[in-house]
Amino acid sequence: MADTYTGPIPKPTPETQPFWDAARQRRLVFQACDDCGTRYFYPRPLCPACLSRAVRWIDASGRARLHTFVINHRPPRNYPVPAPFVIGIVELEEGPRMMSHIVGVAPDPQALRCDLPLEVVFEDITAEITLPKFRPRTDG
Amino acid sequence: MSADARQLRGRVAIVGVGESDELGRLPHKSALALHMEAAHNALADAGLQKRDVDAVFTSGRNMANDVPEYLGIRPRFIGGTQVGGCSFILHVEHAMAAIQAGLCEVALITHGESGYSRIAMPAPRWGDDSTNSQFEGVWGTAGPSTGYGFLTTRHMHEYGTTKAQMAEVAVATRKWAALNPKAFARDPLTIDDVLNSRLIAWPFNLLDCCLVTDGGGACVVTSAARARDLPKPPVYVLGSGECATHQMVSQMPSFDRWDAAEESGARAFAMSGARHADIDLAMFYDAFTIVPILALEALGFCKRGEGGPFVSGQRTAPGGDFPMNTNGGGLSYTHTGMYGIFTIIEAVRQLRGECGARQVADARTAVCHGTGGVWSAAATMIVSTET
Repeated sequence: MADTYTGPIPKPTPETQPFWDAARQRRLVFQACDDCGTRYFYPRPLCPACLSRAVRWIDASGRARLHTFVINHRPPRNYPVPAPFVIGIVELEEGPRMMSHIVGVAPDPQALRCDLPLEVVFEDITAEITLPKFRPRTDG
Repeated sequence: MSADARQLRGRVAIVGVGESDELGRLPHKSALALHMEAAHNALADAGLQKRDVDAVFTSGRNMANDVPEYLGIRPRFIGGTQVGGCSFILHVEHAMAAIQAGLCEVALITHGESGYSRIAMPAPRWGDDSTNSQFEGVWGTAGPSTGYGFLTTRHMHEYGTTKAQMAEVAVATRKWAALNPKAFARDPLTIDDVLNSRLIAWPFNLLDCCLVTDGGGACVVTSAARARDLPKPPVYVLGSGECATHQMVSQMPSFDRWDAAEESGARAFAMSGARHADIDLAMFYDAFTIVPILALEALGFCKRGEGGPFVSGQRTAPGGDFPMNTNGGGLSYTHTGMYGIFTIIEAVRQLRGECGARQVADARTAVCHGTGGVWSAAATMIVSTET
């Protein structure tokens, strides 16, 4: 990790820093609006549904489903994960969707299916940045 | 659809179209030079002079500044809406609004990209602190070739859409390209060729993906009244609609349908009063083979999930009952990066009867439809020789 990671390293903004700080602590967080109830990802300072400022951070369970996916055979130059690899749109149990890697499963359309149950795993790429990835859930 | 919007039906016309002098691989021409050639050719086609132009619409970073300077035009109305490849279809709607409001009379819409040779192209857009980089780029995405696949995979899961159905689009479009001397890829193609081409990002093989070329395109829009005094028959804009739902594909509201296109299409059909049976030609932006399939569903030519069966049996090929992408499309004719302008150019030529071997008999009404970003924005336009 640290000096050896050759992929793009996310650079947090003030609005996204709490997400990355939580990931560093092995916590997956999203936001919810106290006024309209909308739960959302990615981080924004006002609710994207109603523009309320009454938004707060919530810890996700880490349980999710694979909403949809692609298998990338042509990654960017110097990308540290060997191709092919699986990029998923993951739907958290709590509702919000996010993009992530699907690990622990062959990068083969025969081995994957939409709605596959998943769970979060964390991978440190630098001293500051930890990536939340997902793997097939073992408890069904 | 408001009553005001319906009043715009048929009030403006497209009176000139043109590509750059060449299309393809052009390392000897910069992006702005391609804008300029296309503008020259579209104005000549319209029978207008540069001094007649009082509005310029274009797309791309800084282009709303760059293009008027490069072309030596001092516009009184400037349009720089940039939502990706369909931007130029939106520009026609915006020109229609400006012309009807009396803010301009002759609008020049230009596109030029050195998509392959990268001569004088803008630098990549997103810094490491952008939302795109933090929440998508970090996962090793490869732009549209990964982004467009997410809807595709879910659509296959929900409806049973197959890669063979997608390949039908590539094969049919190549047959049209074979009839167009300007098309980049004209050799015959089979379903197996598409399925056996190398994987780019499953579910896309190479021949599911559009070309990467250099080129420019332009069109000229003016009032219906002025259009009638010009040399070529006007192509009237009967209806148009636009919508945008997201920027990052991970924020797409649903992955089993194309929400933005359902909205833009409904608006365009409502303004035009046209029925689906009136459409003689469909020009659907084909960044990937799946995109026209979803356009057919979103615009109501078939139900959600029926786009795959719709294109089967080479129905959209020459001789089929649903002529689609008769220039050879982004898949086989040209794809500079933001292809939308070329849907307009081909529709106008078909409706004028200028298309030679690929001419659709008695074509009077066409629909142009494009995607922008990653299914992010959509624009739909219905054009006709008659109001």
